[in-house]
Amino acid sequence: MAGQRFAELHLDRVQRAFGDTVALKGMDLTIKGGEFVALLGPSGCGKSTALNCLAGLLPLTGGRITLDGKRIDDLPPEKRGFGMVFQNYALFPHMSVRRNIGFGLSMRKTPKQELARRVDEAVRLVQLEEHQHKFPAQLSGGQQQRVAIARAIVLEPPLVLMDEPLSNLDAALRLEMRTEIRRLHQSLGLTTVYVTHDQEEALALADRLVVLRLGEVQQVGSPEEVYAHPVNRYVAGFMGYRNMIPVTVTAQDDEHATVRADGVELVGVKREELGAQAVAAVRPEDFTVVAEVGANTLEAVVEIVEYHGREQAVEARLGDGSQLHVRTTSRLAPGDAIRLRVPVERVLVFA
Amino acid sequence: MKARPVTWLTWGALAFFMLNLAGIVGAVVTNSFAESWFGTWLPNGYTGKWYGEAWRDYRLLDVLVVTFQVAIAVVVISVLIGVPTAYALARRTFPGKKLLNVLFLLPILMPPMTYGIPLATVLYKFHLAGSMAGVIAANLVPAVPFVVLTMTPFIEQIDTKIESAARMCGANTFAIFTRVLAPLLVPGILAASILVLVRTVGMFELTFLTAGPTSQTLVVSLYEAMSSAGIRPQQMVDSMAVIYTGSMLVLLVIALRFVNPTQLVTRLKDPS
Amino acid sequence: MTTVVERASLKHRLAEKGVDRVLWLLVPGAVFVVLLFVYPFLYGLQLSFQPKGGGSPFQNYVTFFSDDYLAETVWITLRLGLPAALFNVLASIPIAFRMRGRFRGKRALTTLLVVPITLGTVLTAEGLLAFFGPTGWFNRIWIALGADEPAKLTHNYWGVLFSLIITGFPFAFLLTLSYLSGIDPTLEQAAATLGASKRQRFRTITMPLLAPGLAVTFCLSFVLAFSVFPSAVMVGNPAGETHVMSIAAYETALRDNDFALGSAIAMLMALVMLVVIGVVLIWRTTLYRGATGGKG
Repeated sequence: MAGQRFAELHLDRVQRAFGDTVALKGMDLTIKGGEFVALLGPSGCGKSTALNCLAGLLPLTGGRITLDGKRIDDLPPEKRGFGMVFQNYALFPHMSVRRNIGFGLSMRKTPKQELARRVDEAVRLVQLEEHQHKFPAQLSGGQQQRVAIARAIVLEPPLVLMDEPLSNLDAALRLEMRTEIRRLHQSLGLTTVYVTHDQEEALALADRLVVLRLGEVQQVGSPEEVYAHPVNRYVAGFMGYRNMIPVTVTAQDDEHATVRADGVELVGVKREELGAQAVAAVRPEDFTVVAEVGANTLEAVVEIVEYHGREQAVEARLGDGSQLHVRTTSRLAPGDAIRLRVPVERVLVFA
Repeated sequence: MKARPVTWLTWGALAFFMLNLAGIVGAVVTNSFAESWFGTWLPNGYTGKWYGEAWRDYRLLDVLVVTFQVAIAVVVISVLIGVPTAYALARRTFPGKKLLNVLFLLPILMPPMTYGIPLATVLYKFHLAGSMAGVIAANLVPAVPFVVLTMTPFIEQIDTKIESAARMCGANTFAIFTRVLAPLLVPGILAASILVLVRTVGMFELTFLTAGPTSQTLVVSLYEAMSSAGIRPQQMVDSMAVIYTGSMLVLLVIALRFVNPTQLVTRLKDPS
Repeated sequence: MTTVVERASLKHRLAEKGVDRVLWLLVPGAVFVVLLFVYPFLYGLQLSFQPKGGGSPFQNYVTFFSDDYLAETVWITLRLGLPAALFNVLASIPIAFRMRGRFRGKRALTTLLVVPITLGTVLTAEGLLAFFGPTGWFNRIWIALGADEPAKLTHNYWGVLFSLIITGFPFAFLLTLSYLSGIDPTLEQAAATLGASKRQRFRTITMPLLAPGLAVTFCLSFVLAFSVFPSAVMVGNPAGETHVMSIAAYETALRDNDFALGSAIAMLMALVMLVVIGVVLIWRTTLYRGATGGKG
């Protein structure tokens, strides 16, 4: 099985409003054939709206979608020929696993023999041979998920849309299915657009990430780019920079900024043009507990310690009252006075 | 757990109610088999002849055929009209929806007499009253809203995502209705049909107001038989009543196989 | 919005308001309700303002209220309908309350309680006449218990009231039961863990959640009782103390062929009913009407 590849899917100022609220504000995006793109953001950021617009389940209120130069946003969903995996799977409860998977083929009047062959193949691909005659209600969540995926890919669609497909699974199963989805993508090469609010999932799966906020695209890039070089404090917060320390800017050049937080000087990487006030974003795991005062070192008091195996998650408080999240292998206890050092390149300063 | 006085009182009152009910039904059934029964505890002889006489004299076969035809026609038409209506009302919000909802609720809320008399007047005006078509039309008035009301929860419990999924698989609107929605709605349609059947067979007022001599259903000819009693022995009316109740009981037993007893009545959703 | 937005097509903008092809499905239903319900009703309404004998448009209503025999029907009907509905609802509560949960014979008992639906008015009437009649089983026991004379329970107010209770109770009971089973039982358990006694739980948890459902149950029971017709003729005294509005409307319209006055009575009947229901529903708006946590 291999998808009918297209060269380029283009979203041109795609807009969707519900009454007076605009859920998607002029989204521009180009998706290349074979790519795995993740739309990432918290609920209400417009990622599901974007997916539904792509699917044709929601009409656009502005802009256009073209597939290899052909306009498709005026086509109903059944004419676009995309596959979709829904959050709650949306399996047909009155059909067996095989009939669920074969539904799309029978809609296309596929000859019986070919239908059976392709359903066999899809069933094997998602390892549901033993369960193929059961009904959805008799399956576990993970198995239902596999049926939903098989149903979407059996048609070898040019584009597969996935709407938070793993969010209804428990933690262990989620990891397993994540690998499964990645494996399917690598072996079939189906162009996939994947919606999730889980940054870890997006980083693990996608070739390219699109971070959305309040209906607007914040950043588009490879997982490495977005993870290491977030363009603004919002993307940074979403990429695990849990500490947003309010600071005053004392000096800045093209690359670096010197800021003052809790009476201590910090030097960090400048990510935006800065005014007098700014925030310094630091990941919890980028702090190191050190013995003596030095450059880029903050002093704090430990308040809460959570045991996470090899590491501890620590909440500490600075002298000015602001809170820090720290992950460390050092063993700490509530009440400890600690010094935390952070390397210059791990401090991102945003406006 | 120790039963408290309230519990005893409740069960006691219920038992008293049931005892009286048994007496009421028992009196009719006993009388329908009585040779004659005047001022004694029990009749002075038993016979089944009244059933035969009632069957012949009241031409019950014809009446039952009419009843059956009317009921089936009402069920089929009300399902055909009611199910699509319920679907649109459940799935879409549109200007004027509130008004339409109220219009589909009123025929169930209003006493049949209040709209039955104007309806009969209109049907007389168009020379439909007295015919089978008139009786069917009148019975549709509460039946269609009842189908809408019964179907709505069945439709609402089908996730719209299932329809979206079918669309994504390439199904057009027609295929969605025939391949996905219809099979999923069968239990609901069955429940609505059997309930409309029971209600139509039991509907007195509307049929009474619009029926002519050849379009009476069982319940109306039963009423006519009772009002004109005196000519014929009471036992004949009673045996006819037993036939009516017997057929209703059969329908009810069938109905209860398919529906929950609480569905026999109209459960209104919060109108606010 | 001041941003430059490509103007969406009319189709999209209508779809935004929920107007799309799905609404075609409403056409048969809408045509039906207009043709067979709205039109006849409005026709009846305007007919009621065209008195048969001419005169002022309100002549029919004047006639109704100045003729004691007709005017009294309002009071007679309310006097039957309100107590019957109230009794049916109140009696349903304790019984439905004990029918919650699972126990042996529950289905049989529910079926037994539902059976009166199948009886129909005529069998009920015949049965009431025979059972409660002067020489019926009830009065035989009554006299055997030491009463001086048979209780008069048929061909009067009581006969009709009994008939309304027998036919109306199953409806009220089933409705109450369905509303009651819609209340999540863990709410009561939660209250119990917080120290509420059985009585307190009933008063502070179950009743407030059940009350809106009871209001609706009362309304439907009232409609059922208010439209009493055949039993008022058969077990009542249709020319006297059970001369209810339905009888008056029917006799005027179809026996005396005065459709105008008959329609006027039907309209008044609708009005009285709407007033009663309106009062109950307004009271209902003062109650909590949100989710009750159970299986709807």
